[in-house]
Amino acid sequence: MSEREAILGRIREALTVPAPVPGAHGDGASDPVSEAEAAIHISDWLPPVGESFEDQARLFAANSTDLKTDFHLLDNREAMLAKLQSIALEDGWKKVGSHHGALTDAAIAQLGLPVCDTSVAYDVNHLESCDAGISECDALVAQTGSVLVSSRSAGGRALSALPPHHVVLATRSQLLSDLPSAIALLKSKYAPGFPSFFSFITGPSRTGDIERILVLGAHGPKKLTILCY
Amino acid sequence: MNAAAEFKKDATRITRDLRHRALIQTALGKYVVARDAKKSKFQNWQEARQTAAEIKWDAINHLDKHLIQFAEKLEAHGGKVHWASNAEQAREIILKIVADKKARAIIKSKVMTGEEIHLNDALEKAGFEVVESDLGEYIVQLRHEAPYHFVFPAMHLTRGEISDLFQKELGTAPTDSPEELTMIARRVLRGKYIAADIGISGANFAIAETGMVSITENEGNARLTCALPKVHITLMGIEKVLPRLDDLALFLPMLGTAGAGQAITCYNSLYGGPRQPGESDGPEEFHVVLLDNKRTHLLADPEQRDALHCIRCGACLNVCPIYKNIGGHAYGTTYQGPIGSVITPHLRGLQDWKHLSFASSLCGACTSACPVKIDLHHHLLQSRRNARGQKPLWWEKTAFKMFAVVANSAFIWNTIKPLARLGQIFHPLIKATLLDPARVWTATRELPKVAPQTFKEYWRTRK
Repeated sequence: MSEREAILGRIREALTVPAPVPGAHGDGASDPVSEAEAAIHISDWLPPVGESFEDQARLFAANSTDLKTDFHLLDNREAMLAKLQSIALEDGWKKVGSHHGALTDAAIAQLGLPVCDTSVAYDVNHLESCDAGISECDALVAQTGSVLVSSRSAGGRALSALPPHHVVLATRSQLLSDLPSAIALLKSKYAPGFPSFFSFITGPSRTGDIERILVLGAHGPKKLTILCY
Repeated sequence: MNAAAEFKKDATRITRDLRHRALIQTALGKYVVARDAKKSKFQNWQEARQTAAEIKWDAINHLDKHLIQFAEKLEAHGGKVHWASNAEQAREIILKIVADKKARAIIKSKVMTGEEIHLNDALEKAGFEVVESDLGEYIVQLRHEAPYHFVFPAMHLTRGEISDLFQKELGTAPTDSPEELTMIARRVLRGKYIAADIGISGANFAIAETGMVSITENEGNARLTCALPKVHITLMGIEKVLPRLDDLALFLPMLGTAGAGQAITCYNSLYGGPRQPGESDGPEEFHVVLLDNKRTHLLADPEQRDALHCIRCGACLNVCPIYKNIGGHAYGTTYQGPIGSVITPHLRGLQDWKHLSFASSLCGACTSACPVKIDLHHHLLQSRRNARGQKPLWWEKTAFKMFAVVANSAFIWNTIKPLARLGQIFHPLIKATLLDPARVWTATRELPKVAPQTFKEYWRTRK
C-alpha cells in the first residue's frame, strides 16, 4: 500500500465519527454556511471600501501612506513617464530590470538606460545589480493597498523581489475594490491555465524580528513605488 | 530528565527572570495595540471568525477529498506531490530529492514542519549546507537554538545580543541599530539565495480548487527562496488545505491581523507549479511533501479535531498569561503556547506531554483571540480528563473520595470545620516544607485567612 493510500485511509477512518460544527460550544450554533453563502459574506465582514473610484483611490493612497509605499496617481501616461524619469535621475539609476509590456516598453524607451530583460532567460547576478525593477501588474487592491502581480503580468518571479526598488506601472482601470474581487479577477483572467506564481505585494519588504521594531528592506525591495494614471 | 520535569525547571527559572519578562511584555504589548487597531477596521470581526471557522471545518471534515483534489491539480501543472506518514519518511523524501540533484547549498524560508521533523539536522548530517533566510530564524540558527515563538522566532533577544552574535559568527562591527543588523543579514543572505541549488519553504495554505500553495511573509525571503533555486520543495502538514481560492480573501487578512497586527502581511504569494512554458524564471521542479506525523491521530478525536483548523497565526501565544511568563523555550515543543499545549500531546504522546495542559489558568484568552475559533482552553481541560482517565493517580482519587465523604455528611463537615482554624495557627511551622501537603502552592503564596466565624455561627449569634 502506498503512503498516499495509508494516509487517506487513516483520514477516512478518523472521519467516520463526525465533529461538532464550529461555534457549537453548547451555545446553539447553526449549520456551517454553504460555499455560495461564504463567498457572499466575505466582502461583508472585511474592512469597508467606498463605492466610487475616488473613494477607492483615496483608500489606496491612505493605505499606501501607512505601508510606506510611494503612490502617485497621475493625470496621463506622459505624466507617469515623466515622474518615472525624475525618480531615475534623483536616485541616480544606472541599470534597471524590466519586462515586455505596453507600459514597461514605453518606460524603458523613456529612460534610455541599460536593461536586464526578464521576459526571457536572464542572469540572476545581472538582475541583482540593477538599481530598480520596473514591472506592470494585474491589479491594485484598494482595501489593503496591495499590488497583485503574477509571473505572466510582472516579468517572472524575481523582478519584483530582487532589485532594491520595485516600481509598478498601472492604469486607473486596474484599481479594484477588495480582495474578493481581486481573486475573482485572477480566476476570470487566467483559469484554468494559471501562471505558476502570484503575489499580493503590500508595501516594501519589512521585518520586525529584532525587538519588534519595523525595518524596511529585509530581503526584498527597500522601496515600493506605484505610478498609476 | 523527562519532559515534565524539564518544563517545571525551565518555567520556574524563566518566570523569575525580570529582564525576560520586560522584553516580552514590551513586544507583546505593541502587538496587542496593533492587532486591535486592525481588527477594528473589519466590518464584523466576529462574523469573519465564524465564517473562517466554518470554512476550516469543511476543509478538515472532508480532508481526504480536498487533499486528492489539491494533488491532482498541482500535478496537472507539473508539480510533484509526495506523501509522508511520519517524520522519517518526510526526511527521506527530501534527502533523496536533494541527493538526486547533486545539490550543495540549500536555502530555507520558514518551515515549522521542518522544525517538527528536525530537517536541518538531517540535511547537515548528510553533508549539505542549510541556511535559514527568515531574519529571526537565521538569528536562532546562528545561536543553535530552537525558535522562541513560531511567528516571532527571535523575540527573546535584544539588539545587543544580536549584534554580539553577528560580531562573533559573521565578524561584523558592533551596532545597536536594528536597521543595520537587518542590513547585515540582508547582505549575507543575498549571496546564499543566488548560490543555493534548492529552496525549501513551508506553506500557510494549500488551495484544493487550484492546486496552489500559499505562503505568507513580510521579508521577501520566501519569495527569493521560491524564485531563484532550480528546485523548490514545500513541506507542509496535511491540515493546511482550504477548499477554494476565494477563501484566501478572508484568510489572508485574518492571518495578518491576528498574527502580527497587520491588515495583510507584505507578501502573500501563491505557487501553482514549477516554471511554466513561456515563463522566464522560477524553479524547474516543484515538490510538495504532505506530512501526516500523527495529525490523523488528532483528526480521530472529534472533540479536539478543530485544533487542526489552526492557521498558526500565534495569536493565542501572544495573549497567553502562561506564555508571557514562561516564554517559548520552556515548552520544549515545536509549537509553543496554548495551541502547542493542545496538539503536542496528540503528536508526541499524551502521558509525556500532559503537563502542558495543566500549565494553564483556563482563562480563555486564547480561545477568544483565535481567528478560527478553536476551543483551546476547553481542549486543555479535556486533555487533563483524558490523561487522568488513562492513568489515574491513586492519591488524587483517594483525596477526592475522602472529600466526597466529608462533603456529603453534615455531621462530619461540621465536626472537622473548626479544625481549619486550628490548623491555620500551626501551619506557619511547616509552611512550604516537605511536611506541608500544600507546599507547591504555599512556597510562593500566602494561604487565605480562614474567617473567625462560620456563616452559621454568625447567624445564630447575630443581634
